Amino acid sequence: MTFALCVLLLQGCAGWQSALDPKGPAAGELAWLIWFFTALCAVVWVLVMIALVAPLVMRSRPGDEPLLLDEAAERRKMRVVAFAVGLTAIILIGLTLLSFFANRTLAAIGSEAALTIRVTGHQWWWEVRYEDATPSRILTTANEIHIPAGEPVRLLLTSTDVIHSFWIPSLAGKLDLIPGHMNVLDIKADKPGVYRGQCAEFCGAQHANMGTFIIAEPRPKFDAWLNDQLQPAGAPASGEAKAGADLFLKRPCVMCHRIGGTPAGGTVAPDLTHIASRKTLAAGTLTMSRGNLAAWIADPQGIKPGSHMPVADLNGDELNAIVAYLEGLK
Amino acid sequence: MSSADVTGDRHIPEPDPAKGDLAPERDGPRDTGMDDASLHRWLERTWRTPSGIVGALSSVDHKVIARRYLITAFVFLGLGGLNAVAMRIQLSGPQRGLIGPDLYNQLFTMHGVTMMFLFAVPIVQATGIYLVPLMVGTRNIAFPRLNAFGYWIYVSGGAFAWVSFALNMAPDVGWFAYVPLSGPEFAPGKRADVWAQMITYTEVSSLAVAVATIVTVFKQRAPGMSLDKIPLYVWAMLVTSFVVVFAMPAVMITSTFLILDRLVGTHIFNPAEGGDALLFQHLFWFFGHPEVYIIFLPATGMVSAIIPVFARRLTFGHLGLVLSLIAVGFLSFGLWVHHMFATGLPKLGASFFTASSMLIAIPNGVQIFCWLATLWDGRPVIRTPLLFVFGFFFIFVIGGLTGVMLASVPLDLQVHDTYFVVAHFHYVLIGGSVFPLLGAAYFWFPKITGRMMSERLGRCHFWLAFIGFNAAFFPMHLVGLWGMPRRVYTYPAELGWGNINLFISAGALLFFLSFVLFTFNLVHGALKGTLAGNNPWDAGTLEWATSSPPPSYNFARIPLVTHIEPLWAEREALPVATGLRVDARELLISTVAEAYPDIREKSATPSIWPLFAALAVGGTFLYSIFTPWAIVWGAAPIAITLIGWFWPKGDPEDQE
Amino acid sequence: MKHRIAADLSGLPTFGHGPRSPTWWGTLGFMALEGTGFALAAGAYLYLATLWPNWRLSAPQPNHWPGTIVTLLLILSLVPNHILNRYAKQCAIGPVRIGMVVMSLLGLAPLVVRWFEFPALNIYWDTNAYGSMLWVLLGLHTMHLITDVGDTLVLTVLMFTRHGHSGRRFGDVGDNVFYWDFVVLTWIPIYLLIYWMPRLG
Repeated sequence: MTFALCVLLLQGCAGWQSALDPKGPAAGELAWLIWFFTALCAVVWVLVMIALVAPLVMRSRPGDEPLLLDEAAERRKMRVVAFAVGLTAIILIGLTLLSFFANRTLAAIGSEAALTIRVTGHQWWWEVRYEDATPSRILTTANEIHIPAGEPVRLLLTSTDVIHSFWIPSLAGKLDLIPGHMNVLDIKADKPGVYRGQCAEFCGAQHANMGTFIIAEPRPKFDAWLNDQLQPAGAPASGEAKAGADLFLKRPCVMCHRIGGTPAGGTVAPDLTHIASRKTLAAGTLTMSRGNLAAWIADPQGIKPGSHMPVADLNGDELNAIVAYLEGLK
Repeated sequence: MSSADVTGDRHIPEPDPAKGDLAPERDGPRDTGMDDASLHRWLERTWRTPSGIVGALSSVDHKVIARRYLITAFVFLGLGGLNAVAMRIQLSGPQRGLIGPDLYNQLFTMHGVTMMFLFAVPIVQATGIYLVPLMVGTRNIAFPRLNAFGYWIYVSGGAFAWVSFALNMAPDVGWFAYVPLSGPEFAPGKRADVWAQMITYTEVSSLAVAVATIVTVFKQRAPGMSLDKIPLYVWAMLVTSFVVVFAMPAVMITSTFLILDRLVGTHIFNPAEGGDALLFQHLFWFFGHPEVYIIFLPATGMVSAIIPVFARRLTFGHLGLVLSLIAVGFLSFGLWVHHMFATGLPKLGASFFTASSMLIAIPNGVQIFCWLATLWDGRPVIRTPLLFVFGFFFIFVIGGLTGVMLASVPLDLQVHDTYFVVAHFHYVLIGGSVFPLLGAAYFWFPKITGRMMSERLGRCHFWLAFIGFNAAFFPMHLVGLWGMPRRVYTYPAELGWGNINLFISAGALLFFLSFVLFTFNLVHGALKGTLAGNNPWDAGTLEWATSSPPPSYNFARIPLVTHIEPLWAEREALPVATGLRVDARELLISTVAEAYPDIREKSATPSIWPLFAALAVGGTFLYSIFTPWAIVWGAAPIAITLIGWFWPKGDPEDQE
Repeated sequence: MKHRIAADLSGLPTFGHGPRSPTWWGTLGFMALEGTGFALAAGAYLYLATLWPNWRLSAPQPNHWPGTIVTLLLILSLVPNHILNRYAKQCAIGPVRIGMVVMSLLGLAPLVVRWFEFPALNIYWDTNAYGSMLWVLLGLHTMHLITDVGDTLVLTVLMFTRHGHSGRRFGDVGDNVFYWDFVVLTWIPIYLLIYWMPRLG
């Protein structure tokens, strides 16, 4: 069993959603804390097990009269127990102080964050809004959060429906998104990369499929991305895509989704202005591809049962047209 | 020690001179000078549960009620276990389509609700209902009709939850049913109502048992059982009952607020109208954390009862263990916020709760060290009950240590709501409570049935359970650290959690099978086990002084207690008291601290009314899911059944 | 196991008053758990009140007069309640019967006035959380008031039957007195919370 566990341990350690594979200062501090606590606890546990097994091995005296106790031995034992309790107290005080200082280190990470992003939880996707003093430079997107690598970023977390929890294990600990409350989480990714996370507070039918990605990029690349995303949606390139755009506006799609630069202005579902530039669909449920787009639109309840995306009544041609349109929204 | 010390002769009040407008006391035959055979005949006639189906439904014998509780709780354990097996099959590989989210969410909610509210709390309380009156040397629990009422409430509440599940109406919002997810806006239908009403309702039974236990321990101890001679198991049940009394109202308030929000449109948890979603969590965890200790403390009592018997010596540090129990009981109310670190509470407040959560490890440590010190003497006799106690040490200490990790705010933010936490609380609850319970089952089974369980099967059972448990739950620590949140009905293949989950599922299946073996051993032992005799383990506490199974009246004569382990101190003959009536259900009320005999009081006779009252209350709760007017319509039947319950029937028991 | 007779308890009385009786402790236990319920409900109210800076959420002030009358009635009722307790201890059936009738009436009187308290809150339970909490607090206490008055009425009837002459019944009267004290005492903080706290804000 131990061997099997070791194999599993090595296999799973390097994940893009693992608290043991830190990619930022907060997660790094926490991983160190986890290992330290684990090591110390393991030592304590082994000592207790030795104390438990030792009398079985030593087999000193067969029990005869249960009421007869050796006074001197009892006093010795009392001293040992008192020592063990004292040691426990010291260890606990040490660990309390350790976690207090770790907390302070974590709090210091985001003190000079230049970028503020508001993340709003929805059943079952994430609304991401890049705050800016200039209204025209406020960007709203969904599920994927691009950040500049090596810079602290401030996330404002809230929810409009139920409680969710934002958690990117390889970057930082989790924090809840609670309706009526606003939480602040500072994160920093040391290096460019894609870091996966998912909702950590049970939020209903599709809690399991509420993934999110932090995509850390070098500053210039991030700035370029932000400028691209601020542009309205591109005009449909082909005839089929044009037909898709018209259909999108005529069908219920338009009630919930927004596509910048078009009359589609719904805000209860993810913004689709640049949907094709995202890596996944339906909050990390499917990878982005023409086939998956079509599948998702045709059968959302089969792919993500209970999700709020209704089945649009489309024939094959209509479906293809809409997919062609969305696929062009880079 | 002379009997005068035990009974406090100077403290026996003179019979009150006839005063006031009392009917003259109608005396009956006493046990003084009566030979054993006629004494048995008299007492049996007075105390037995009446025959027939109505008689069985009217029973107020604490042993009969406790047996029903134990069997019912065991059935719920099996059902909750089947929930778990279903979930593990679904999670055994990525993207399995066996169970959809709708069913899966009901499954884990029912698993949690069943295990916490229908198995763990009832079974520890039921064990107490059976053992506490025997251990303190009395003839029945205090308020026996309330106790019977509690059982009917419990069994109907559990049936209500499971019938809802069968009707696809089971709660699907998790066992702690956070708002707004469980609120009127996001949980349409009746599922969350089932959660709220079932919780409020079944906790009535828990509270009833707690009050009955407290009064039994305070007022019905055998003469001489002063505070320093109360067995540790009884102390544990006493402290637990106090924790129940102060914690359970919190969950009843929470679920009542929720049902009001859902049914009559109050806004207590609605942030849009001046309410707050976090208020729910504060109230829930003010109950929820003590709840863990409600389950754990009785198990420590069981460990304290088993260890001295097999270590063949007095418990080391009796006083330290008692003080630890009390300290844990108090501290358990100061930790609730550590379930809410991820909600973003102010940092200073959170640090305070880190400190208090660390603090509770100290009294728990004292308990562990005292037990180890007890075992250090001599050569423990290794029998199945002790094996399970060893399993308890192995597993629970891991759970306790991961608990220390969770107490650290920053560390908790990584592992909160992941499989690490799932692993942690199963190590605490199964290691800390179920393993001692299994040990206790082997230990007290001969007392309850008069027969021994098979030692050989018991050992197989232990190893199967031990290996299955660790295989199922240890890897969960890892998969939690790798980022797997709890309560997901599936996970993507590319996260690499597939193999480890398959391993976990195999372990879970093994663990489930260990309970099948246990069930077989129980049935086999009850039918074919070797006869046990009064005291098969040569234990020292009072429950072993009477026959196995005990007679309806528990003790032919009330014992006088001279030592913490009375049967070890009085090897030749147990000192007993006489002077009680045998034609009426008379038992002895003693003083709270010194246990001086004080009153010969009558205990309640069998009655069908507690059942009717439970049906009236249950019907009202059920109906209230559909309309708030149920409270109005239900009031009359509840009042009628309660009057029937308390109205005197003219038995000798009612005369005084 | 062999027995050795070491004490004779035949002289013990068959009932006791107050803390000598298990029922008294049971009553105390239920008071403890119900008191916890009251404390938590009041705590929830205070939690919300401190959370929202504009607490009362622009609702009108409650009219305190019906509540004040109930409070005065309840406090007044403590006097006959304790006189009744004294007679119950003496097992004097005549005065106890009169006392129980008086206490039944003094239980019903605040219940009647209580009816007018709900409209005097000047807000409905479904208006906002402030209204919800007022109705919950008042409702919780009213439930206790109704149950205890019901209990008192039944016990009063019982005292007029042949069963009234037993020591145990006088003990029940004592416990009823005890519980009524609890109902009165829990009302005071709730009264202040409902009617006077909004006036501070």
